[in-house]
Amino acid sequence: MPNIKALNDLTTQVRRDILRMVHKVNSGHPGGSLGCAEFFVALYQEIMETKDGFDMDGIGEDLFFLSNGHISPVYYSVLARSGYFDVDELNTFRLIDSRLQGHPTTHEGLPGVRIASGSLGQGMSVAIGAAEAKKLNNDDNLVFSLHGDGELQEGQNWEAIMYASGNKIDNLISTIDVNGQQIDGSTDNVLPLGDLKRKFEAFGWSVVEIKEGNNIVAILDGMTIAKSLTGKGKPVCVLLQTVMGNGVDFMMHTHAWHGKAPNDEQLATGLAQNAETLGDY
Amino acid sequence: MKTYINTGNKDTRSGFGAGLTELGKSNENVVALCADLTGSLKMDEFKANHPERFFQVGIAEANMIGIAAGMTIGGKIPFTGTFANFSTGRVYDQIRQSIAYSGKNVKICASHAGITLGEDGATHQILEDIGLMKMLPGMTVINTCDFNQTKAATLAIAKYDGPVYLRFGRPKVPNFTPENGTFEIGKAVKLTEGNDITIVATGHLVWEALEATKSLNEAGISAEVINIHTIKPLDEKAIIESVEKTGCIITAEEHNYLGGLGESVSRVLAKHRPTPQEFVATNDTFGESGTPTQLMNKYGLNSEAIEKAAKRVLTRK
Repeated sequence: MPNIKALNDLTTQVRRDILRMVHKVNSGHPGGSLGCAEFFVALYQEIMETKDGFDMDGIGEDLFFLSNGHISPVYYSVLARSGYFDVDELNTFRLIDSRLQGHPTTHEGLPGVRIASGSLGQGMSVAIGAAEAKKLNNDDNLVFSLHGDGELQEGQNWEAIMYASGNKIDNLISTIDVNGQQIDGSTDNVLPLGDLKRKFEAFGWSVVEIKEGNNIVAILDGMTIAKSLTGKGKPVCVLLQTVMGNGVDFMMHTHAWHGKAPNDEQLATGLAQNAETLGDY
Repeated sequence: MKTYINTGNKDTRSGFGAGLTELGKSNENVVALCADLTGSLKMDEFKANHPERFFQVGIAEANMIGIAAGMTIGGKIPFTGTFANFSTGRVYDQIRQSIAYSGKNVKICASHAGITLGEDGATHQILEDIGLMKMLPGMTVINTCDFNQTKAATLAIAKYDGPVYLRFGRPKVPNFTPENGTFEIGKAVKLTEGNDITIVATGHLVWEALEATKSLNEAGISAEVINIHTIKPLDEKAIIESVEKTGCIITAEEHNYLGGLGESVSRVLAKHRPTPQEFVATNDTFGESGTPTQLMNKYGLNSEAIEKAAKRVLTRK
């Protein structure tokens, strides 16, 4: 049985990491990062089967691809706290000569990252390719991916969504972070996404909805169901309903903190709402 | 002067298909992806021999590039196939982020490059692709001249670990390089020795350069023809050594003079040995419908254009 308290404690520490990382360099994307903290913790601590160490091919382990690369702070924090690299390296986020680039990349050789992302809409195709390679290699492990909801406005996703069902990519679980926000406002105001569940189902995917996407238990339950749906001839989509900026009250329920760092005072407020658990980097 | 025999006209895309067929048998990690142009790319035989390693993605080139990038994770060597226009301009950002910046071992194989695509017209004739691809850090750019060389290049790039853009064409053209010849990425091939002028050509213009050399020879002008099949990395040494002897140079390519082979050569010469240069290339224009021969003639991409350029550049020595 997963230790829920330990997972929640880790999530709180990840929130602190995110706030401190973006505050230090006065740039980066805290909103979406905070909204996905529980998901990343659940994925890396409980859901995915991973090997010790890191190699690019990842044969015999589950793979993860982050398509909405701007939420790199949560990715880096959870990778570091899952042992891919030293947590002290979080100090170098977005600084010159760092492996922790503004958006994730393989270019500097950061363990845990297998593809560059940031220019939106490309990650699902890459995840499908990795899933196809696993099938060719008779590798039974799974491929996971995460995408922003606003990111689905990029047309390449729909090419990928069509391909995945048409070719029975049933070793893929693509999660959509449904927070309803994007840079210019709500997704409803910028370009409505419509009924994503019906859209994915119409495209031939199995769909799992996680209504409480900031609740570790709900995420574990939903992702367990998603895993049980793999291997049945259909790709699996998880619609993860999250709150952008979750865990920091003044950042929640708004797109204002999509790509804006807190000032000193705001950082102090945010950290006070998330007391240190595992130790700051 | 060394002469070359056309062993019979063949299309370079069939050289790619023949190479891919051979790779299918010799390298089980080679996979092929196509965006609804299997016959045009001559990928049918690979598909028939290895249906499990052939991936039809439909009319969705962006997705094809991303899938190819992903398939390298797990050790596959993906060869993507579509027209040059849809292999580059249409998917530039996908190539840039998912392949080039991510350092993925994908071979982007592009047929129907340039104006010799012919009757379909300018929507499909890309004359900017060499420029687009050579600007990407880490991308190798190859433009082969005939069937045999395209087959050899297809085999060679499978052994090279890194992203490659392989450019070839639609029409049947003279096949004159050695059958089963070796292909060394980044190594220029000197086809004729000459003292008066260097002609550096790539793709379909290589044969035209050889044809021009015959007439120039009759006029007492000795031309050194270099086949630059790899535009990036460029064999700078071969170019510099040749112009040290001849003192002037022509570049010839089925591409816009902006961004093409000619500019790459100019950069090398400006840095190491400023040399008079003339450009045989399209003049910052789109193409149009017509037969390949009509178009090559109209847009000045033939042996006659090379001869004229030779006479111009000789006056500038």
